[in-house]
Amino acid sequence: MSTKSQNTVPEEHPIAPFLRMDRMPHIWCPTCGIGTIVKCFATALDESDVDLDKTAIVSGIGCTGRVAGYMNLDAFHSTHGRAIPFATGLKLGRPELQVVVFSGDGDLSGIGGNHFIHAARRNMDILVILVNNFIYGMTGGQNAPTTPLTARSSTMPFGNFERPFNLPYLAASCGATFVARWTCLHIRRLTKCIRMALRHKGFRFIEVIAPCSTLYARLNRLGSGLDLMRFYHDEAEIRHGADTREIDIGFQDRIVCGNFVDEERPTYLDMMHSHYGEVLGDRYVPMDPEGGWLHD
Amino acid sequence: MRYWRKPLDIDQVTVPHGRVVIIDDRCKGCAFCVEYCPKDVLVMSEEFNRKGYHPPEVVKDGECVNCNLCEMICPDFAIFCVASDDEEAAAAIAAQGVSDEQDEGGPN
Amino acid sequence: MKTDPAGVLTGVHYLDGDYACGEGAMAAGCRFVAGYPITPSTEVVERISQRFPMMGGTFIQMEDELASMAAVAGGAWTGTKCMTVTSGPGFSLMMENIGLATMMETPCVVVNVQRGGPSTGLPTMVGQADMMQARWGSHGDYELIALSPQSPQEAFDLMIDAFNLSETWRVPVMFMMDECVGHMTEKVVIPPADDIDVVPRKLTEKKPGEYLPYEVNGRPVPEMVRAGDGYRFHTTGLTHDERGYPAMTVECQEESVSRLLDKIRLNADQIIHIEEEDVEGADVVVVAYGITARVARMAIDMARAEGVKVGFLRLIVVWPFPEERIRELAKEIKAFVVPEINYGQMVLEVERCAFGQAPAILVPHGGGGVHDPADICKAIVEAAR
Repeated sequence: MSTKSQNTVPEEHPIAPFLRMDRMPHIWCPTCGIGTIVKCFATALDESDVDLDKTAIVSGIGCTGRVAGYMNLDAFHSTHGRAIPFATGLKLGRPELQVVVFSGDGDLSGIGGNHFIHAARRNMDILVILVNNFIYGMTGGQNAPTTPLTARSSTMPFGNFERPFNLPYLAASCGATFVARWTCLHIRRLTKCIRMALRHKGFRFIEVIAPCSTLYARLNRLGSGLDLMRFYHDEAEIRHGADTREIDIGFQDRIVCGNFVDEERPTYLDMMHSHYGEVLGDRYVPMDPEGGWLHD
Repeated sequence: MRYWRKPLDIDQVTVPHGRVVIIDDRCKGCAFCVEYCPKDVLVMSEEFNRKGYHPPEVVKDGECVNCNLCEMICPDFAIFCVASDDEEAAAAIAAQGVSDEQDEGGPN
Repeated sequence: MKTDPAGVLTGVHYLDGDYACGEGAMAAGCRFVAGYPITPSTEVVERISQRFPMMGGTFIQMEDELASMAAVAGGAWTGTKCMTVTSGPGFSLMMENIGLATMMETPCVVVNVQRGGPSTGLPTMVGQADMMQARWGSHGDYELIALSPQSPQEAFDLMIDAFNLSETWRVPVMFMMDECVGHMTEKVVIPPADDIDVVPRKLTEKKPGEYLPYEVNGRPVPEMVRAGDGYRFHTTGLTHDERGYPAMTVECQEESVSRLLDKIRLNADQIIHIEEEDVEGADVVVVAYGITARVARMAIDMARAEGVKVGFLRLIVVWPFPEERIRELAKEIKAFVVPEINYGQMVLEVERCAFGQAPAILVPHGGGGVHDPADICKAIVEAAR
């Protein structure tokens, strides 16, 4: 009887084609959830029929900001908070691109807050995956716009007294047409959600709660990332279609997850084309989906 | 598994089998895989990898059902499952003492 | 390469500097503009927003200048020529992403129609006090190119140069107009598209897998690719190696940053563009740029009438600064006179390069108007003594 398995054992992780393996292992801490979310995103890309050559990923600054550096796509590591307008430039310069912004809560809702709300308002056709670990991790654990009340951080050593954002509510109220929240424990639902988002057109926003063991968990004595995952297991509630006004996150309180908004509305470019077509008629020359690159 | 009556399609239903492949030197010892494996196939080993972390190890040979949960949940891309159709081969390999752990010695 | 005729409004026009600047951008092949309104630059994007839909261009008014520059820094990676337009306060906001563009080596043009400063200053009135900021505004060591037009015609012509320079050297180019030139209406001749030569985006011929984003192989400038062409490249604002991967080591910093600097410094002779009049045998040379150059010419005529031997050196490309020429002239003349609508910016460069061989005399103006030629003339006459 053959002692060799019928299947030859592959040498590398099946998701390797989507990653820059020459940069592994990555810099994220043990029990950090970002790697899991990257895995879900890569799996969703694999399972969708997106053209990977036409998919670009933009990250900002921070722990989650390093994601672009590890993905085997056209990847841009831009400045703090400016991933969304950078992505807007890519999308408008070459409309056929599928542009994904993958960045953190501080980057996208703090310094990048203005860009976030305007891109949502315009229904700019980009997918934003926001990893929310409730803190500014890379810089050492400062208070973030998403830090829950009473949570400690390095700049709120006596506990946070600022009301945090309810990000799905913010996105939905600004006009995002696809809004969801999951934790990184919900690997299969998150992957499915990303797959749905990749098919959707318009401003798609997925907030993913992730554990930050080195800063958030340690400063708040919550154990390690594994303890936070256990907490998500116990306290996450799935409520698809919930009213985004009611899904705030308190400190170590229930986390309402689900797909909250899924609407079809014309994107920024749809509106631009239809409006100019109507007003200018034959004179309107839209930019080629291949982009505004002029060549012989 | 005990049935109160034999299901009509019992010959068609098969429980998948898988083998776990662990890339030791990429593991950071987070224990997500150990915690969430539905068949409790893994435990954290006493061994150290090159970075000083304890990678997981398979303790229940042949019980992996190839659900890929460990593969999905590992933040370090250090573990994955492969379908193993050949139950006999799996048993034989287990009997031979060839570990399911793969030590990635090469530069990566 | 000849430019795309769709963007060229051939003919003889009566345009203000802002409009001419917009026309120049369109003629140069710019097809993506992200801007934010700020006096006195708004007319540039207004003009572009009127004409772009007819030529396959996309204009978006972003929510602020930070977003505008970030969108330009991103949009350029699609192979499209990009531009943003602003004035002093917006220029300050754009600095971080201008730095990003220098680090990522992104070709783009930033138009600054200078106004009185600092801070909100004189929104509708002229200034030239951003000249040093154009060079040093962002943090860290970097080099870039800056131009200064003196008329609406030049606002058109030099925009084409600005885009060509940015493509050749893969660097953001600062187009330092001033409000006077921007809001002055004059004859602008726009030639036929066949007469306009543009530098196309230099894309690599290497295949995906062979291509390294920042590999130079002895050339001054690495080759670019377009996002969406399958190269799966990575680029970052962090100090990076040839693969575009962050490499935060002393060696990599030294190598990559000095290459960014040498790219311009060692090739400055190909970039510098100045105009000289009657410099041979002059006792005094007036160094000026922008609207002040035109006022200075009148002052020079007045000084010549008083018997002074005056030459004129106009800075067209302001950065990189024509160090060698100033150094040469300093040995031959008695003094430089530098009129500017600020309290001393380019005069510092003139003084530095003169190396003590000839004084550099500033004729300042706080902003809000142009110099009285008599003041410049007085300075020239005194300098000649």
